[in-house]
Amino acid sequence: MTGPRHQPLAHLALAAAREAPRPDAGVTLRALPYQPSIILRGESGDAAFVKAFRAGLGFDLPLAPNHVSSHDEITALWLGPSEWLILGDVGPVAPAGQGRLARALAGRHHAIISQGDGRQIIAVSGPRARDVLGKLCPLDLESPDLAPGHCARSILARCGILLHPQPGGAYHLHVARSFADYAWRVLAEAGLEFGVAIASGD
Amino acid sequence: MTDAVHRLENGGRIDRTQRLSFHFDGETMHGHPGDTLASALLANGVRLVGRSFKYHRPRGLMAAGGEEPNGLVRLRQGGRAEPNVRATEIILYDGLVAESQNRWPSLNFDLGAVNDRLSPLFPAGFYYKTFMWPASLWPTYEAVIRRMAGLGKAAESADPDRYEKQYAHCDVLVVGAGPAGLAAAHWAGRTGARVILADEGAELGGALLGNGQRIDGRPGMNWAAGIGAELARAENVRLLPRTIVAGYYDHNALTLLERVADHLLQPDQGQPRQRLWQVRAKQVVLATGALERPLVLANNDRPGVMGAGAVQTYINRYGVRPGRRAVLFTNNDSAYPAAMDLAKAGVAVAAVVELRAQAPLRYLPELEQLGIELLVDRAVLSVTGRKSVTGVQIGKLNEAGDGVVAGLERRIDCDLLCLSGGWTPSLHLLSQSGAGLQWDAAQGCFLPGPGRAAASQAVRVAGAANGDFGLQDCLTLGAEAGNAAANDAGHRRRGRGPRKPAADDAAAPLPPRPIWSIPGPGRNGGNNSGSNGGKAFVDFQSDVTAADLRLAAREGYRSIEHVKRYTTTGMGTDQGRTSNINALGIVAQALDVPVPQVGHTTFRPPFSPVTFGALAGGQVGPLLDPVRRTPMHGWHLAAGAVFEPVGQWQRPYYYPKAGEDMAAAVDRESLAARTSVGLMDATTLGKIDIQGPDAAEFLNRIYTNGWKGLAVGGCRYGLMLGEDGMIFDDGVTARLGQGHFHMTTTTGNAGHVLDWLESWLQTEWPELVVYCTSVTEQWAVAALCGPNARRLLAELCPDLDLSPAAFPYMTWQTAALPGVAGGLEARIFRIGFTGELSFEINVPAGHGPTLWQALMAAGEKYAITPFGTEAMHVLRAEVGFIIVGQETDGTTTPEDLGLGRMVSGKKDFLGKRSLSRSDSMRQDRPALVGLLTDDPGLRVPEGAQLIAGTNPAPPQRGQGHVTSSYHSPNLGRTFALAMLEGGHGRHGEAIHIAYDGRAVPATVTAPRFLDPVLEAPERAK
Amino acid sequence: MLLISCPWCGDRSEEEFSCGGEAHIVRPVTPQDMDDQAWGDYVFMRRNEKGVHFERWRHGNGCGRWFNVARSTVTHEILAIYQVGDDRPEVPE
Repeated sequence: MTGPRHQPLAHLALAAAREAPRPDAGVTLRALPYQPSIILRGESGDAAFVKAFRAGLGFDLPLAPNHVSSHDEITALWLGPSEWLILGDVGPVAPAGQGRLARALAGRHHAIISQGDGRQIIAVSGPRARDVLGKLCPLDLESPDLAPGHCARSILARCGILLHPQPGGAYHLHVARSFADYAWRVLAEAGLEFGVAIASGD
Repeated sequence: MTDAVHRLENGGRIDRTQRLSFHFDGETMHGHPGDTLASALLANGVRLVGRSFKYHRPRGLMAAGGEEPNGLVRLRQGGRAEPNVRATEIILYDGLVAESQNRWPSLNFDLGAVNDRLSPLFPAGFYYKTFMWPASLWPTYEAVIRRMAGLGKAAESADPDRYEKQYAHCDVLVVGAGPAGLAAAHWAGRTGARVILADEGAELGGALLGNGQRIDGRPGMNWAAGIGAELARAENVRLLPRTIVAGYYDHNALTLLERVADHLLQPDQGQPRQRLWQVRAKQVVLATGALERPLVLANNDRPGVMGAGAVQTYINRYGVRPGRRAVLFTNNDSAYPAAMDLAKAGVAVAAVVELRAQAPLRYLPELEQLGIELLVDRAVLSVTGRKSVTGVQIGKLNEAGDGVVAGLERRIDCDLLCLSGGWTPSLHLLSQSGAGLQWDAAQGCFLPGPGRAAASQAVRVAGAANGDFGLQDCLTLGAEAGNAAANDAGHRRRGRGPRKPAADDAAAPLPPRPIWSIPGPGRNGGNNSGSNGGKAFVDFQSDVTAADLRLAAREGYRSIEHVKRYTTTGMGTDQGRTSNINALGIVAQALDVPVPQVGHTTFRPPFSPVTFGALAGGQVGPLLDPVRRTPMHGWHLAAGAVFEPVGQWQRPYYYPKAGEDMAAAVDRESLAARTSVGLMDATTLGKIDIQGPDAAEFLNRIYTNGWKGLAVGGCRYGLMLGEDGMIFDDGVTARLGQGHFHMTTTTGNAGHVLDWLESWLQTEWPELVVYCTSVTEQWAVAALCGPNARRLLAELCPDLDLSPAAFPYMTWQTAALPGVAGGLEARIFRIGFTGELSFEINVPAGHGPTLWQALMAAGEKYAITPFGTEAMHVLRAEVGFIIVGQETDGTTTPEDLGLGRMVSGKKDFLGKRSLSRSDSMRQDRPALVGLLTDDPGLRVPEGAQLIAGTNPAPPQRGQGHVTSSYHSPNLGRTFALAMLEGGHGRHGEAIHIAYDGRAVPATVTAPRFLDPVLEAPERAK
Repeated sequence: MLLISCPWCGDRSEEEFSCGGEAHIVRPVTPQDMDDQAWGDYVFMRRNEKGVHFERWRHGNGCGRWFNVARSTVTHEILAIYQVGDDRPEVPE
């Protein structure tokens, strides 16, 4: 087992968490800890590939655009017609073919690419979470297409995001690791009007 | 509590129980909640609010809303100061500070007013005619013109307030909350549709707040308040008061400026001052109302000349008596209710002057009862008084309205002249949407035309904006428009709709008599020139008179767009709201053509000025652009690194030690990398994972060199060209497996390269089975470089055979680092950009800092030296490695850089055919060379030109330019790289480098100053 | 600001997309057999329609897919959206 990873937002989130809690805050930001994830590439129209995924992980890959499915701690998010983000531990990617997903897909045309270190998930919650996102993201956040069970790639001010709506009006925002500091700061700035609370990392 | 002198005892929507202090031009005055700055100034008896733009004529308030042309003030002080704000739109608050503009030394005594006396010298197009020649004097002219003719003064310090943007999506956006807009939003809201209702006012109701009209047997403003309260309770309706809809863009995208805190002394904690909404609406209902036009007559700009509707608003909404003795002059019905409201407010109404031959009968009994004299078929020919109206002169016009019959008839003393020249529907936003307008001769205005520009601009117009000037039409047709818009957006009401409101006065007004310019009282009555009874203003804000427009027509201007630019009519911050139609009418008359033939000018966003603060929103200061950081950023910071932006990344530039300047630090770092060992953070390089059975074939098509023969475990340097044959990117790509590659790109180009690969895969070569995925963020990269690099690395991975035979140049291996983070797995590439023994160690990004610290700790005995981008540049330039974007500029071929051997003759690849175009084969193309200045201590600036002679004076033809220039501790001197015409054949030639007025002698050399320790990447085919 | 209906993701704001210029330009199969004029036309020459323009767009801040759009350059009306490789659709002028 390797040692603990460096968290992209350690310098901001941890420092802020030392401040007194704000019970009246309209929005709460939380930097989620490292989570293993991979990008899975394959063809939606390749029945054998889709079937092999099910055989390996016990649930169906979401084939409808911007849909999410999950099972047993593993979540699959549709990113494109040949691209999914798989959150959770599906076994090591390297050396090739050792993980349980890789074993299931062996022989089918596909690609598995490690991603967990490359992204940061920021949880945005609270009664004004949607209003804060609405200042930065052009998506129609009230649309039923962005209810829990869906996801969408879009932009947050000037960086790309994957938006993953959660139950209770919260959101998980996936940003590339190097943009985490920027994304956190624009969210905190946009939330000033409603009061921002910083929740601890775990 | 004593109230201001012109305040009515009761009535209006102001709260007389509270008193607000404010300061105008240093004088302290008082008003009430519910006031605007304009109404409070009037209540305090302030008539003179500004000086005009060109002639510095004294000006007073003319309007009560956003069409006010004169009452522009500088609001607030210091960094919060905002120039050119309309006093009619400033909501009064306690402590407000405002200043009049465009006067010196004071509003009452303004030296610039001499321009008015000299006005024969300032005709239309004066600046164009006078300040044409010589061109070299323009800076002088401009400074003088700007001081004399400038409007307002910007803040001198940074604005301390926050601004924001907000996206919103809705089914129906209703613009305007007058009777039509309220009815539309009410009915649309009842369907359950998502509705946004925006209005520039602080209160909903629009014209109902000022004109005294009644609905369902009660004051219209009460009806508006009732609807407003219901809408405020509805979850599907968002009310945006104090919000101007500024722009109507493609596909029903509209921008709205919400003045969140402009009505407060300063914004609350965390609150933005203003917010720019970007709304995407499925359907739009424009209920933007209509604006009252003034009549164009001599001296119609004197303080005390106001719109009849404005006067009504000041009385009914603000409880202000705008004068003591009034004359009303009208060509339509709307002045009559104003006359009655004036009389009821205790103002002596001397006369109503009716331009038409017939007055509307329904008003006559009440007029008679109030004892108001009616002069039918008469005109006000001119206004007397200078800083305030003192009276008007009356006469009778001929039938065409272009001459006076029998001269002056009489003079009436008054201090208030109310003008009503008819109503102009506010169709700016409709026109911005691309829809056409059509001229309505009977109403004397443009109305929405048939059809619209694009189906995606789903828009309706309701109420006065649609030419439906009667209140009942506004209510009925507004409700219908709102309901229909919601239906078209997919929302249908279940059950019955709201009760239909009924206007107490359901009569529609009679048509106006459009006379665009009232002839003056002088002998040649048709020409309102300065010598003939005074200037007749059309555009008050830009100081354009009827005579200016006629002059433009006489000088040959035919297009209204040209007349506009020549005379500046309609070019003020009010966008010609009150002047456009009068100007068109006058130009049409002068050209003797019908109005539609003159057309109208193009309406462009914004409808009302939008501050730069709102346009920038929150993306200012440190949030202007994303700042990307590597996982090792914290270490670099702690080590005192100076950073350099590379694209959006922050990379260590150099690491100065105490007392070191940049040159000393870079020398130390460059030397260490060649003599012992250096360490660089190379995380920012773009990395793309390429997988699939056709991956090698794909790379063969993308890169200039061949890839099929590269063994698994090998690395190769590649050049990418655009189809124009010019270098686009470069980098080393490693073969991880038979169908699996790891590509690196330049830091700044990583995103573009991935887009480039995807575009070919998706659109041109869908038959290739390849997946490209960015892994830039997944890996942290530490580049170890120098003669001790191997020894150091061996300590960290004891199980890896690092001997040149087992791990040769241009190969890669995976290795466990048992001492790092509990046994980290790393990908190690034996490649480098410095021409020195190098290993690039890749680990998952979260472990980057641990790896870095382990390398620094293990390297202590070799005095390991972290180095930044500048030392890296020195090292790579010493061995002649290029940087895409520094040596190349989008016009550079591989041959230009001496990299012709990188170009495969056997296969096709992107851009190959362009390399044999005649221009790509020219012998005199700029080519990469080295330069050594005769003075070994002189470092020339990058970008300096290469010239043939010794004289640096321009003009002369440059033969090329310096692309890279450094001091090298390894060479013990300076050196440079350059692109020089025909450079490949000119090694050894003497040349001069021109900069800062000098010509520095230098010798052209091969672009390589040190031999790489190992073979260069491009030789490793 | 256009509202573009991505064939996969539905209506999204123009901010998420990038325009790739004229569509239906096919890369020559044997570039080396072409003269400078013909190759130059392929690389550099593009239509500048007043009217319907067939162009490529990519949902870069979305699903990442390229697709084709028929757009009026006069009104910015989007008249058709179709897959890469499909023929130009019939659209009203």
